[in-house]
Amino acid sequence: MEKQKITPAVKRLDHQAICGIVETGSKVLDLGCGNGDLLALLVERKGVKGQGVELNNDAIHACVEKGLSVFHSDIDSGLPYYPDQSFDYVILNQSLQEAKRVEGVISEALRVGKKVIIGFPNFAYLEARILMFFGGRAPIVSSLPYEWYSTPNLRFLSIKDFKSFCAAKGYKILAAHYLDAQGRVRVLPNLFAQNAVFVITK
Amino acid sequence: MAFPGIFGMKKSVGPTETKYFTFAEAQGFELESGRGLGPITLAYETYGQLNSEKTNAVLVMHAFSGSAHVAGPVTADQDPAWWDFMVGPGKALDTEKYFAICINVIGGCKGSTGPSSVNPKTGKPYGLDFPLVTIGDMVRAQKALIDHLGIKKLHGVIGGSMGGMLALQWIASYPGTVECVIPIAATLKHSPQQIAFNEVGRQAIMADPAWNNGDYYGGTPPEKGLAVARMVGHITYMSNDSMEQKFSRRLKDDNTGFKFSADFEVEGYLQHRGQSFVKRFDANSYLYITKAMDYFDLSDAKWIPPEGLPGTRFLVIAFKSDWLYPSAQSQDMVRQLQMKQIDATYCEIDAAYGHDSFLIESEAAKQSHLIKHFLAKRK
Repeated sequence: MEKQKITPAVKRLDHQAICGIVETGSKVLDLGCGNGDLLALLVERKGVKGQGVELNNDAIHACVEKGLSVFHSDIDSGLPYYPDQSFDYVILNQSLQEAKRVEGVISEALRVGKKVIIGFPNFAYLEARILMFFGGRAPIVSSLPYEWYSTPNLRFLSIKDFKSFCAAKGYKILAAHYLDAQGRVRVLPNLFAQNAVFVITK
Repeated sequence: MAFPGIFGMKKSVGPTETKYFTFAEAQGFELESGRGLGPITLAYETYGQLNSEKTNAVLVMHAFSGSAHVAGPVTADQDPAWWDFMVGPGKALDTEKYFAICINVIGGCKGSTGPSSVNPKTGKPYGLDFPLVTIGDMVRAQKALIDHLGIKKLHGVIGGSMGGMLALQWIASYPGTVECVIPIAATLKHSPQQIAFNEVGRQAIMADPAWNNGDYYGGTPPEKGLAVARMVGHITYMSNDSMEQKFSRRLKDDNTGFKFSADFEVEGYLQHRGQSFVKRFDANSYLYITKAMDYFDLSDAKWIPPEGLPGTRFLVIAFKSDWLYPSAQSQDMVRQLQMKQIDATYCEIDAAYGHDSFLIESEAAKQSHLIKHFLAKRK
């Protein structure tokens, strides 16, 4: 008897969203791939040809354990040697806010990738606004869990900020997914979404 | 010595005999220089079992002064094993899965044909009559043995330092014949600094009157020159931090002698390393092999075929404290691969010991982990 193949549910909603965006068999570069969970998921579910870039040594080891190819570098300087348009997708999920040269990273990502997927925590999320407005403190919420003094985030942006950035740069937004802890957010995303995942192109 | 290390107590491969393969008896073997050499004998060792499809072979390349004895206890006149913590049952290069092969390079002095071997034309050791060999020649000679073993495709080629250069040369010379290429603490070409250190070593040997233009076999070898060459080399294999930790400015005896004897522990250590090296290495081989490394240059990327290297993946490893083969050289290597869109993983390991980190168990736990998982078959 053939064994039933059980596919475990994808825990992270942002990973689920990205997995839905990327077409089967794509070439994918994941900038700031961390321990490789997303890339491994894309390899498994979508049969992508994946490459990661990661700075953290332990995370690199975790990637290699998963059978992923990963390049030890920060995302600010990891790109110049890839040929133009050599990837179908370049992913910057939860890593852009840690970049030093955001504009440079995005324009390089758009050079080497046909499309760029950018996922980031929405700083204008309702709970964060409340904490800011009534608490008078820098917000600590599940999508922004760090104290001001120990956060890896260098950038604090909202969904609106990102849209106006794309407009200013002339980048086309092909798709946008807004997420809270339960799933999709369909109304007033800049207020109700904890995380956003954008697909952009030049 | 039983050293538990990070992987706990692992089984040893057990005693392994050094084997010999002789070829190019009749025709000779044409070298890159245009000169011929033959017959050629290769000393080699194997660990584990070659599977029936002959698809599980991993060629392990030794560094400059290494031998074919990678792992296991010393029997007969073998050198101490140089990568025992890496190769064996359950280890990173698991001999229960893979068939590991290590071949001493030509030009060397560990059983393969080199300047100290007997020249069949004269019945005396070659000395400087031995032709200059290149890294490419070393690999071509190894290919003869791999062919002889009936292996058409290697699962991996792996090595540190010169061993990494040999691994790169292997895929450059025989694209499509290797799945996993693992150059560690290696480079696509020697920098002027690396050539300079080698030249100091060569000059130290050649300045020793006992060297006698390479004709010293049967007499007194140039031990003083070779020891100095090794001392310089050994400094470049360590890091400032590891030397500080190991020796600091500690004195051998409690007071300075106010003479030019070895007052500091570091001086005594280097002298000891130099003196023990001369017992196990041939001065002419030092000249030939360092020259081969200096000539090695794959930096123009012409070695990568236009169609890339489908079916081959690279794991490039560098060590943060390695100033002799700095990580920038490994990054250059990976950039070439990136430009040609070849599957590559690169990791700079935060080890403190300098260039020799890949040989030191306590420093190389992360290296072992990466290699173990990288060698595993991919879905």
